[in-house]
Amino acid sequence: MKNEFQVIADLIEKDKKVLDVGCADGTLMKFLKDNKNINIRGLEISKEKVQECIAKGLTVIEGNAEKDLKQFPDKSFDYVVLSQTLQAFLNPELVLDELLRVGKKAIVTIPNFGYWKVRFHLLFKGTMPITKTLPDEWYNTPNLHMCTIKDFFHFVKSKDIKIFKSLALNNINKSTINQSNLGIKNLFADLGIFLIEK
Amino acid sequence: MNTEKNIKTLIVKKPLKLDCGKTIKDFPIAYETYGSLNSKKDNAILVFHALTGDQFVTGINPVTNKEGWWSYAVGPDKAIDTNKYFVICSNVIGGCMGSYGPSHKDPYQKIFGTNFPVITINDMVNAQYNLLDHFGIDKLFSITGGSMGGMQVLQFISNFPDKSKTVIPIATTSSHSAQNIAFNELGRQAITADSNWKDGNYTSNETNPGKGLAVARMAAHITYLSKKGLQEKFGRKLQEREDLKFGFDADFQIESYLRYQGSVFVDRFDANSYLYITRAMDYFDLAKQFNGNLSEAFINTNAKFFIISFTSDWLYPTQENKDIVIALNSIGADVGFVEIESDKGHDSFLLDVPDFLSALKNFLDKSYEEN
Repeated sequence: MKNEFQVIADLIEKDKKVLDVGCADGTLMKFLKDNKNINIRGLEISKEKVQECIAKGLTVIEGNAEKDLKQFPDKSFDYVVLSQTLQAFLNPELVLDELLRVGKKAIVTIPNFGYWKVRFHLLFKGTMPITKTLPDEWYNTPNLHMCTIKDFFHFVKSKDIKIFKSLALNNINKSTINQSNLGIKNLFADLGIFLIEK
Repeated sequence: MNTEKNIKTLIVKKPLKLDCGKTIKDFPIAYETYGSLNSKKDNAILVFHALTGDQFVTGINPVTNKEGWWSYAVGPDKAIDTNKYFVICSNVIGGCMGSYGPSHKDPYQKIFGTNFPVITINDMVNAQYNLLDHFGIDKLFSITGGSMGGMQVLQFISNFPDKSKTVIPIATTSSHSAQNIAFNELGRQAITADSNWKDGNYTSNETNPGKGLAVARMAAHITYLSKKGLQEKFGRKLQEREDLKFGFDADFQIESYLRYQGSVFVDRFDANSYLYITRAMDYFDLAKQFNGNLSEAFINTNAKFFIISFTSDWLYPTQENKDIVIALNSIGADVGFVEIESDKGHDSFLLDVPDFLSALKNFLDKSYEEN
C-alpha cells in the first residue's frame, strides 16, 4: 500500500460515494472499499488494468477521462480522486473542471517537478529528471504537462477553486502546505495532495 | 424441426397480453437447466439466447446433436460455472425449439404460419418470467445474454427491476439501428421471395423455403464476423481447386463456407420463426418505451450492471453498448463496462475469447462472494 493512498484514504470519511479517475489496477479502490465501506467506481483507459480491477471485484468503466467524465451528472460523487494523472492529459484544465463538476470534492495528487532531486538532476546531469515518482525517460513518459506544487497551488487559486487541504508528501512524512511555507514544501516534497472544491 | 423428445416444457396457464394487442394463454415455453438450484435459491442465472439460439446452452444439443451455442462460456468450471450456479435458458416465444411459435397449431388444429401474433422482446421476457414462479425463485443471481439475448436482459430488468442481483448485457443495443433493420429486412425478403414460402403456409404443402432461409442466414452470418477475421481465415483462398473455373460454382473458400452455413441452418430452423424473431428485434427500442429517455428504463433497479462489448463488432458496436452505460451512469446506477479486444466480430461472445470469458467469470464469482 502506497503511503499516498493511505493519505488519500484519511481524507475520505466512511460510507461515501467515490469515483477514482485513472484507477489503474484498483489498489486504492480495493483499499477504500475494504477499509471504509466506500461505494467506489473506477474509470480506467487500459484494458489490462480494467481486467485486473474486475478480478478484484471492483466496479470499473473502461474509458478516457478526457471524454468520458461528461456522462456523469453534476455532483454525483462525494469525492472524485485523481492520483498522479493530471499531468498526463492533453487538457488538464478541462479535466480538472470536470472533476470538480462531477465531484462535490476532488482529491488531486501531483508528482512535484519542483522537488529538489528533480531540480538537481536537471541542473547537474543536464538530462530529463528520473525519480521514484517520475520513472520514465523523456521519450516514453506519459507526462505531457508537468507542474510543481507551487504551479498547481497558484493555478487552483487563480481559478477560484477552494483548497480544503494541501499536503506535501516526502516518503512517509506528511505536512501541510500553506502560502507561507510553499517555497520550502515545493523543494522538499516529491508529491502534492490537494483536497479541493468548486 | 420441432422434435418433441428431450424438450422440457412449461405450459403457461396465465393469459399474457402481447404488445400487438392479442392475448395468449395455455402456451408452452421450452426450457433447459444446468447445475442445481441451492437451498437458498440464490444461485440462479437466467440466460437469454440470440436470434438463432435455443434453450440448449451447453453440452450436446439433443435435437441437433451439435454443441450448445454457449458451450465456451457455460459449464462446469467455465465462466458461468454450473458447479456453482443454476443456469436456466428457454426458447423465446416465436421460436422453433418447442416454445409457442408459428410452427405450432392454432385452436382449430391448423398450423399458425404467419397467423401467429407478431411478438416483441417485451413479450418474450414477460413469457419467460413465468419460469421464476415455476422454480420458486424470488430473485435471480444474474441475467445475461448476447445480441438479442442482451436486448432481453435490458427489457427484463426494466420490467422486473428487483428480480435480479446482477445484469450482464453483452454485445447488444438498447435500440435496433437502421443498419440492423436493413440487414434483417434483407433476410426476410430472401425468405418471402422463395416460392416455397407460400405466404407462410409452406408446412401444409410439405415444402419449405430452404433456399430463401439459407440466403438469409448467409447474409446474416457475414454481419457476425469482422472483415479482418474473414480475411485472415479465408482471404482469396480457393475451394478444392487449383485455379478459377470461370463459372458460378463456389470457387472461393468463403463462398463454400457461407453455402455450408446456410445449408446446415435450414435443417434446424423454421423460416417463419426467422421472420418473427427478426421482427421482434427490429421493434426493440427501449428508450422509446420511456419517452426517449433510456435512463428511465432502469430508474427502479438497484441491480449491479456489467456491460461488455467487442472491438471488432460492427453489428452492435461499442458505442451502442456505451450508450447503455451512459444512461445508467446518468442515474448513478452501479455499472461496470469493458470493451474486449477481439478480431472475431459480433460472434466474439460465442467463441473462445479468453479476456471475455475471464471478465465474465470474475464479475460473476466476485459478485456472488459478496452475496
